[in-house]
Amino acid sequence: MLSGGAAGGLRRRTVAGMPSALSTRVRRALPRPRLTRRRLITAGVVLAVVLGVVGWAAWPTPKSYLVENQTITVQTGPDGAIPVALDTTYYRPKAASRAHPVGAVLLAHGFGGTKDDVADDAKDLADHGYAVLAWTAEGFGASGGQIHVDSPDWEVRDAQRLIDWLAARPEIRLDAPGDPRVAVVGGSYGGGLALMAAGYDKRIDAIVPQITWNDLANAFLPEATGTGPGSGVFKKVWAGLFFGSGQAADLSAAAALTGPPAGGARTRPGGPSDPSCGRFAADVCRAYLSIATTGTATPDEIALLRRSSPASILDRITAPTLLVQGEADSLFPLSEADANAKGIAAHGTPVRVAWFTGGHDGGAGPQSDQDRVRFLTAQWLDHYLLGKGAVPADSFTYSRIAGIDAQAEGVVALGSVVSEYPGIAGAGTSTVTVRGPDRPIANPPNDNPAAITSLPGLGGGLASFVSGRVVEVPGQHADFVSAPLPSTVDVVGAPTVRIRAASPTGQAVLFVKLYDVDPQNGLTLPDGLVAPVRLTGLPASIDQAAPVTVTLPAIVHEFQAGHLMRITIASADQAYLTPAAPTVYTVGLGGSDVTLPTVDSAPIATTAVLWRWVLVGVLGLLALGLAVGVLLGRRRYRRADRSVHPDHADVPLVVDGLRKAYDDGFLAVSTVDFRVERGQVVGLLGPNGAGKTTTLRVLMGLTKPTAGDIYVFGHRLTPGSPVLSRLGALVEGPGFLPHLSGLRNLELFWRATGRPMADAYLQEALDIAGLGDSIHRRVKTYSHGMKQRLAIAQAMLGLPELLVLDEPTDGLDPPQIAEMRRVLRRYATDGRAVLVSSHLLAEVEQTCTHVVVLHRGEVVASGPVDDIVGDSPSVQFDVSDPVAATAALQAAGVRTVTGESNGTLVVDLDGTPRAEAVAALVRAGVGVDRVVPRRRLEDAFLALVRGDTEGSADR
Amino acid sequence: MTTTMDGSAVGYRPTRTLTFRTELRRQASRRRTQLALGFMVVLPLIILIAFEFGDDNGGGSRRSQFAALADIATAGGLNFALFTLLVSSSFLLIVVVALFCGDTVAGEASWGSLRYLLAVPVPRARLLGSKLLVSLFSCAVALVLLTGTALLAGTLRYGWHPLQTTVAGDIASGTALVRLLAILGYLAVSLLVVASLAFLLSVSTDAPLGAVGGAVLLQILSSILDQITALGNLRLILPTHYASAWLGLLSNPVQTDDMVKGVISALAYAAFFFGWAWYRFLRKDVVS
Repeated sequence: MLSGGAAGGLRRRTVAGMPSALSTRVRRALPRPRLTRRRLITAGVVLAVVLGVVGWAAWPTPKSYLVENQTITVQTGPDGAIPVALDTTYYRPKAASRAHPVGAVLLAHGFGGTKDDVADDAKDLADHGYAVLAWTAEGFGASGGQIHVDSPDWEVRDAQRLIDWLAARPEIRLDAPGDPRVAVVGGSYGGGLALMAAGYDKRIDAIVPQITWNDLANAFLPEATGTGPGSGVFKKVWAGLFFGSGQAADLSAAAALTGPPAGGARTRPGGPSDPSCGRFAADVCRAYLSIATTGTATPDEIALLRRSSPASILDRITAPTLLVQGEADSLFPLSEADANAKGIAAHGTPVRVAWFTGGHDGGAGPQSDQDRVRFLTAQWLDHYLLGKGAVPADSFTYSRIAGIDAQAEGVVALGSVVSEYPGIAGAGTSTVTVRGPDRPIANPPNDNPAAITSLPGLGGGLASFVSGRVVEVPGQHADFVSAPLPSTVDVVGAPTVRIRAASPTGQAVLFVKLYDVDPQNGLTLPDGLVAPVRLTGLPASIDQAAPVTVTLPAIVHEFQAGHLMRITIASADQAYLTPAAPTVYTVGLGGSDVTLPTVDSAPIATTAVLWRWVLVGVLGLLALGLAVGVLLGRRRYRRADRSVHPDHADVPLVVDGLRKAYDDGFLAVSTVDFRVERGQVVGLLGPNGAGKTTTLRVLMGLTKPTAGDIYVFGHRLTPGSPVLSRLGALVEGPGFLPHLSGLRNLELFWRATGRPMADAYLQEALDIAGLGDSIHRRVKTYSHGMKQRLAIAQAMLGLPELLVLDEPTDGLDPPQIAEMRRVLRRYATDGRAVLVSSHLLAEVEQTCTHVVVLHRGEVVASGPVDDIVGDSPSVQFDVSDPVAATAALQAAGVRTVTGESNGTLVVDLDGTPRAEAVAALVRAGVGVDRVVPRRRLEDAFLALVRGDTEGSADR
Repeated sequence: MTTTMDGSAVGYRPTRTLTFRTELRRQASRRRTQLALGFMVVLPLIILIAFEFGDDNGGGSRRSQFAALADIATAGGLNFALFTLLVSSSFLLIVVVALFCGDTVAGEASWGSLRYLLAVPVPRARLLGSKLLVSLFSCAVALVLLTGTALLAGTLRYGWHPLQTTVAGDIASGTALVRLLAILGYLAVSLLVVASLAFLLSVSTDAPLGAVGGAVLLQILSSILDQITALGNLRLILPTHYASAWLGLLSNPVQTDDMVKGVISALAYAAFFFGWAWYRFLRKDVVS
């Protein structure tokens, strides 16, 4: 207790001189700087969690493989005798060794690219445990040689030599000497190579060709009635891009060749390259220039293209093949993969097909598609290369763009699975009827202007997807429209339609498209795909025209109920080369049915299901937590100590050894004991900071005492004790809802107690407040005194048995103060009791029956007011000469003389009569202005208060 | 004067103190409540009037979901309501929710009325419960008022048409209404994060502005961090990361994956903050 007092004193010194209200506010507003052990632990835990999360996210995972860049020179060419230096990167898993050999993957890049384009995929596969060899194909980047377009004599032979190289590595698993366990994976140009290599080299154990071709002639000279590339329509923009990227490779290669051994320069006959061919091999270049000029291919040129096409060797492929093809691909459409799948499967080789929403136009597609392709690839390689995992199912997976991803602003694809690959003709069909009159359409001279359907090379994912990008030229197209669809049609595959055409020249190049027309007439051309048609032997009149069946591009598209289908036949398309001469064709339908392929699919299960269960779990946990919390709270409430202390059973208030230290260590109350009996009006007297308010806060259940107890009618008080309902209080000033009237405030306060309105004695309280009509005004308009009176009235609502008032006369004028004294004295009758706190002695003296004097958190005096306020042995003298007076008084035999300022002396007479002391002063020639008898309480109180009025008010 | 076993005054029952009804009357009479709810009615009308001005000559290259939804906002009542929700959800609703939930306890503390409620005595857990329920109820009313007014005003002005979306085509009115309700539900759940944070701050401070502002500021901070892709997976645990996942309801079929994660995230945060608020307030020295 002594140490507590010392701490209180210490605290007081630190705030000495500060206005008390300010110090209070500062102490509340500022974080308390004191570092308790609990705060340290909390801060430590928070810091650890934050660091842990950040660390988990930012911690670099160590690489599980080594990267070796090297140039491998291979003997290639038709005779296998021409050296070509290939720029390679070898990703070797650290775990791979002679004792633990691993499978190998040859990873090929796309046209116009280099080995660096596949670095991410390579690292992925290397992380998965495969040794990966990526190389830049000859004719590109830093590799030597020329572009032969996946020729069996060149690029395919390069790959075979690289397989030889792998076979010589000790860490590669071998099937037989010189025969490594190897797969070829690649997209587009690399995918073509994978198929070709598998056709020419039996050592290859599995291939994953992606977005690649079946027949280059068909890809560049497509014809949708099935007459073959000989009469195909030249895909000029894509062909130009293809050829152009090969030429561009020349420029970069010229710079790169100064670095590594310039194998390319040696192998290229004729020295520096022909500017029209770049790094293309002469035969390929010649063919391109010829086809691009005429728009048609000669049989020789077709043969050259076919030599570079898997179509010619599908029957020789025995390596299990996973074909991944893009839906948004106007270069190598789904039909290319379809032809590959059929050709390979025809000879019993395992084939699996997957479509995704990207492609040469659509890019890599959304994350879900990329994940699916990555999963399928890993599964395929694991099984067919390493024998890990079950045999991959035959199932066919595809996806459809369903909407915009709210998070990434990309598109979202919905994956579907079909148990067996149905081919682009679909597993089933449905038909939709379209109608429209025959119409003449104009063929523009030299393709200009022409409809824009796709934007080759700009494939940003949405190009084919945003309907606004499709432009039809008026006069160049005829439309045939269906009725609004009665139900949604999910098209998966290539629809077919029959058309007729007439042309004055006997032939026509037409473009057939299937539009999705929404009710607002918005046009969507699924994936921007068109079916080019070259018809010959046409009559001049449409009446004599024979219908031909056009196979439209394979698509994955949902035609919603209420939408229309529209078949459009156009005369020109920007992406294709059409007859240069202006002509007018007449076109019409050859039959009103559009046949739409459909499949029976099921959605691919995703992790979403898992998250749903997590959600259910979270909901369950929360419900459980809430229930447990409520039950525990109830139980605690029920089990709370409701016993009555027998000694204090009928005493309104007993404060027993109360001590309160705040969190910041400030000891506001060190030890306080007092009682309030029925019928008493007890004054709690003390200077600011003596601990009055803190005592009252504990009494109201606002704060918990550090030690000691408060009993109200014998019930030990804790925050929220029911016995508080028998207590009315005004502590630390009024607290009202400023926007409500005084009356409404009192009503709502009483409602909050949940007790009957009749128990409130509202009228009595209102009489005490004495606010008159102002009671109906909003509280925010009240003066301080009005609020104070309203607050006293609120404290008296329900006539509580114990009334606690903190500085009740604050802000009241003298008549109101006098009235309040009468009210309080009257209130304490009928067995009720009142506790009034004040720092004014006169206040307590005139109002209270009993008084408790607090100082520095301790009771310094208590008892009936009459006892304490009786005469004191000391007298105050105001004299003219304090020094002479002190001497004279001491001579007269008083006990002590204490000098004060302005000639005031406080004298303890110790039995000496006052008259005698005055006489002694007069005798000594000291002028006496005033003699004031002092009283006990005043003595004690002033001694305490002297020079000590600072401190904090919120004790 | 007779008393009961636990020493309480006659007629006093802890479970009858500060009922939902009483607290609602205390809060509903407040000017800030009335203004906030009134604004929920006025805002759609202001937007409606704004759409009446001028031609749409916005740049053709706008491709964001926001621009796309703004373009079709006048296609019908449903579209208009959706657009109103879209523009409100990113900031306005956060402020309104923070206001209702952040002011409720701190406001009483600043008026000084909190200590009198506690001395009634209203058990502390019950005080929090009543106040929270009323605050959440006010938030729900605000949400419903905003959407309802937008739907009504939009329908009166633009008619009752199927909901147009940028990718899912048209969604039939009936289905669209259900989707709109689902969006509303998701927004409500995701706003629980702001609500709980504001409530936690509200029981921790005596300054209502501090609680409201603090909650809004932390939401803004979270949104800013969410824009920084360099944070990678860390962004997934940000409370605002899934704030716009409800756009998934506008595709066909609906994408609910992100919404499920968003609900999990929101509930986890809300449970944590609410739990903390209760823990704090039940042990706190009320010195205001």
